[in-house]
Amino acid sequence: MAALMLRWSCLGKRWVLACIDGGSRHGRGAAIGLTSRRKRGQSSVAQQPLIAVQKSRKGEHEWAAVVGLEIHAQISSNSKLFSGSQVHFAAPPNSLVSFFDASLPGTLPVLNRRCVEAAVMTGLALNCRINKKSLFDRKHYFYADLPAGYQITQQRLPIAVNGSLAYSVSVGKKPSQVSTRTVRIKQIQLEQDSGKSLHDEPRSQTLIDLNRAGVGLLEVVLEPDMSCGEEAASAVRELQLILQALGTSQANMAEGQLRVDANISVHHPGEPLGVRTEVKNLNSARFLAKAIDFEIKRQIHELENGRKILNETRSFDDKLGCTMPMRDKEGKQDYRFMPEPNLPPLLLYDTASLPPGADPQQVINIDWIRERLPELPGKTREKLIQQYGMLPEHSFTLLNEVGLLEFFQNVIKETRAEPKKVTSWVLNIFLGFLKQQNLAVNESPVTPSALAELLNLLDRKAISSSAARQVFEELWQSKGKTPSQIVSEKKLELMQDQEALERVCHTVMEGHPQVVMDMKRGNPRAINKLIGLVRKATLSRADPTVIKEILERKLSS
Amino acid sequence: MSSLLSAPSALREDALRRLKREMWARAVKLGLRSWVGWRRGFTSKADPQRSGRVTAEVIEHLERLALVDFGSLEAVARLEKAIAFADRLRAVDTDGVEPMESVLEDRCLYLRSDNVVEGNCAEELLQNAHRVVEEYFVAPPGMCSPKWLNRLSLSELRI
Repeated sequence: MAALMLRWSCLGKRWVLACIDGGSRHGRGAAIGLTSRRKRGQSSVAQQPLIAVQKSRKGEHEWAAVVGLEIHAQISSNSKLFSGSQVHFAAPPNSLVSFFDASLPGTLPVLNRRCVEAAVMTGLALNCRINKKSLFDRKHYFYADLPAGYQITQQRLPIAVNGSLAYSVSVGKKPSQVSTRTVRIKQIQLEQDSGKSLHDEPRSQTLIDLNRAGVGLLEVVLEPDMSCGEEAASAVRELQLILQALGTSQANMAEGQLRVDANISVHHPGEPLGVRTEVKNLNSARFLAKAIDFEIKRQIHELENGRKILNETRSFDDKLGCTMPMRDKEGKQDYRFMPEPNLPPLLLYDTASLPPGADPQQVINIDWIRERLPELPGKTREKLIQQYGMLPEHSFTLLNEVGLLEFFQNVIKETRAEPKKVTSWVLNIFLGFLKQQNLAVNESPVTPSALAELLNLLDRKAISSSAARQVFEELWQSKGKTPSQIVSEKKLELMQDQEALERVCHTVMEGHPQVVMDMKRGNPRAINKLIGLVRKATLSRADPTVIKEILERKLSS
Repeated sequence: MSSLLSAPSALREDALRRLKREMWARAVKLGLRSWVGWRRGFTSKADPQRSGRVTAEVIEHLERLALVDFGSLEAVARLEKAIAFADRLRAVDTDGVEPMESVLEDRCLYLRSDNVVEGNCAEELLQNAHRVVEEYFVAPPGMCSPKWLNRLSLSELRI
């Protein structure tokens, strides 16, 4: 496993953190005066001028950061993990709560089959070993949104272990410079979600809504194989895509269906690992990388100034752009794990070990699930590259944008144009317009059919490419019109009449004898000038390649 | 002692707590000698670190975790007796025997199909609550504040 180095490079007054693979060295690292204050309200990260530190005279002060992640994904199911109440995002408070979820005495947990299947599917997609026997435990802690005082989880023997997740990071300025990395998956376990607590500050009271209490969660633990915020964000993104492709979780960070906690430490390469801190409540993809990079910087700064890192829990304040300690704990939290006495071990089977005559509803066959796994994002990208000859980075963009792949495939279905042309139009022009106006694919005013028709016109050479762009802009503004309508309205069709075109060329050539002379002398730019003149004369309705061909023919005759 | 009574409540609490700890530590030490003798009679594999004494630190730790109040020396003594009672299990030779996880371990775990069959009983559930605000449970005061999370012992909380 290559330990990636963090290099400090200073561009003017701004610090740039670059994750580079071994190799290139930038300027010397110098200490910075980052003043991150612990109390709220005070100044955020202040930039101070460079201070050269004595240590840097000895040589490059290299730091390696180590980042591990704990990801909680809400399982996409109708009912909760251990009870039959509904799983739904927005509902009146405490309306989706059963007696078990409210932890009333006399209630018992009953395991939801769909949640087990979701865990097995996810484990298989992440190359894990599925444990045929897994156990449930109780994790005790007191908090108002945990009515039972404990959470049922799988600490001793989780359902899946030892997997891997492959993801891509960019390693240079060019989009084509991407490298594939792998992060090991320590385990995947089933556990319960807690309720929601709403803090009513003015009346200093806390309101509890148990709608979310008991919803099934998949906890995916990633080993500390990552070394910066970008890698962590890419890994999380890839996991999101996989979960969405499998249908096991909608993995929408904004709706709280995917939550990430990061464990971060820094050390000098070759020395033992440093003390780690846990950064919790990373609920947005954007802030994930920011928070991790900030924490790495902060730890390096503390250590370089002779201080120690406390093993603590911090949270990220996105407005200030820094991490704050969450609570001062004396020592580690003791969860007093014990086996869940109300649940026998969870036994899974494969085709070989399936007990004969067993009720199919009561047994889960791992092989059966493996055969029916949906196509994973990695496979989809491979197919796109092979089928349409697109570059790897294009396949990534197509999958990363919600709904873009479907849009692309719909256009391909209805058009005769070459796939490369479609790719270029969808990724450059279409996506460009979306980003400019900050729209999602499903909010686009241009439908796949409209774009397909436009590309057909282009393919038939009925219009030039510049005219096509004009038509696209028009399509974007005015709804309801088809490309053909716009073309005829704005008279953007290419001249099809060969004779008329020849006459125009002839006229232009006669009108500019000097340029013709230049052309004869072999000046390459002269012909472009003539082409330009002809195009102007035809009001840009002629195809430049055809013009060129005619001019060259006339010249040689 | 009289000076304690006239001091402000926060200081009083602090002092009381310190007194408690000292008393426990002393009493526990006294009890230790008789303890050790009794225990030695039972186990041959006595762990030198487990001397039967439950330190004041452990009591505070347990109070914090389990929200119980070991208000008296009797309670601590009872705890130590309970631990000693359970320790008698060590007399059994379990070499080469697989530990049992639960009495249900060879039962079948029932798998429920993913249908919505419960819920929609907010009114019933909220009937049990001490305080309710617009269909939300109200958490006991101080429960979600930094003070709760930093709690040192049950006496600090005013529930």
